[in-house]
Amino acid sequence: MCLAVPGQVVERWADRAVVDFQGNRAEVSLQLTPEAMERDWVLVHAGFAITRIEERDALETWAYLRQIPAAEVDDAAGMPATDEVPHDAKR
Amino acid sequence: MTRNASPAAKAGTQRRGAEMAPVASGAVSPAFAAELAGVHDLAARIGRQIQLMEVCGTHTVSIFRSGLRSLLPPNVRLVSGPGCPVCVTAQRHIDAAIRLGTIPDTLIATYGDMVRVPGAMGSLQEQRGRGADVRVVTSARAALHLAGLFPDRHVVFLGVGFETTAPATAAVVLEARRLGIGNFTVLAAHKLVVPAMLALLAGGRVRLDGFLCPGHVSIITGADAYRPVVERFRMPCVVAGFEPLGILRALSALLRQVQAGAARLENEYSVAVSASGNQVARRLIEEVFETAAAPWRALGEIPESGLRFRPAFRSFDALERFGIVLGEDEDHAGCRCGEVICGTVLPTECRLFGSVCTPLRPLGPCMVSSEGTCSAWYKYGTPPAARAPALEAV
Ligand code: SF4
Repeated sequence: MCLAVPGQVVERWADRAVVDFQGNRAEVSLQLTPEAMERDWVLVHAGFAITRIEERDALETWAYLRQIPAAEVDDAAGMPATDEVPHDAKR
Repeated sequence: MTRNASPAAKAGTQRRGAEMAPVASGAVSPAFAAELAGVHDLAARIGRQIQLMEVCGTHTVSIFRSGLRSLLPPNVRLVSGPGCPVCVTAQRHIDAAIRLGTIPDTLIATYGDMVRVPGAMGSLQEQRGRGADVRVVTSARAALHLAGLFPDRHVVFLGVGFETTAPATAAVVLEARRLGIGNFTVLAAHKLVVPAMLALLAGGRVRLDGFLCPGHVSIITGADAYRPVVERFRMPCVVAGFEPLGILRALSALLRQVQAGAARLENEYSVAVSASGNQVARRLIEEVFETAAAPWRALGEIPESGLRFRPAFRSFDALERFGIVLGEDEDHAGCRCGEVICGTVLPTECRLFGSVCTPLRPLGPCMVSSEGTCSAWYKYGTPPAARAPALEAV
């Protein structure tokens, strides 16, 4: 439950952003990483970016994440759960 | 996501009793092989039995999934500590959540695995079958969003998790206050990792040679958070990311310390973890919560190991709002989760493991969460090296 998943900030407005997780996008809070800019890579846990990381490190992490069940990665990133009312991710 | 799990990962979740191929993709990289050779070399030179503890469910799962455990030298044993937030949530908090769910017009929002944790009156999932509105969310913000969508209902968010997760809870509580959302409260059951590590060492029930410290918790707390563990108990601490190679590097670093008779703090995950952590996140936690004694599943109360609302935020405390007093824990007789998460007993030493208690019908929280030690052993099998019953408990 402490897994964090790297994604790339695609678009940011105020302290929110659309983050791309290797093709899947979700709305993420940048409240904990106000320094993160568009195109930066961040580690996301439960819908919040918790730190910025380098692209190279992010891609290395993805090489490992591809081997683990997608559902666990989705949960960690904060992708809306099935019985959760979708939040306004795709504006 | 539409991505498919790799065949190896799928096989790993289906096969029982079969250790996965070392490093799930099949081939071991040259860097991994070199690091592993170094680990074997160090272990041989140390000679004696070495016991290291990981205190992060994400590490536990990564270690099993990659087959790392079976590749380690026979005298290096990894034990899992209290690193799975679901497993350490006290039964009394589950029971309180279930009682909150029986109050008319309440809606319980919680992270996935929590719905299956058995309490004295069954699980939240069973309560849902009896008509309670229990919803799984993957972020605290989604729970707050539910409060906006259902203004006539009261949304209680089950706030569990370690330092990685607590800032999100603090952030949404502040947002609820800013937006004047009155139908949102939190059952605050967040836990802090370092006090649990200290309590484990002070209890003296398990002999350890070092800690593999959690990566994502440390992003928030900073690596310096482990200094008390190093200084008070002369215990080597190495922060590690969750990828197998990173874990192996951290194990190497721990063994080098053991061999040299040193006790230092090292950070093998500096790409993400700084010495002092995420200041914004730490300030948010500080603003909303204060540390307090907290009940851990089967470990009892540990001083300063939990977060409770500061007085200014008491109106967001679900227990206060609905006048609920936490009860006592009556864990399932025979379940040895408490010993499992202290590293003194292996899941296979529990009589109920795999026969009565399985991931489909879990009796204890260690079997519920995918990061729980019992569940990891069930899914990924029990390598012969780790099967020896004589764990080095004092
Ligand atoms: S196998 Fe089940 S009953 Fe036994 S310790 Fe683990 S969770 Fe508890």
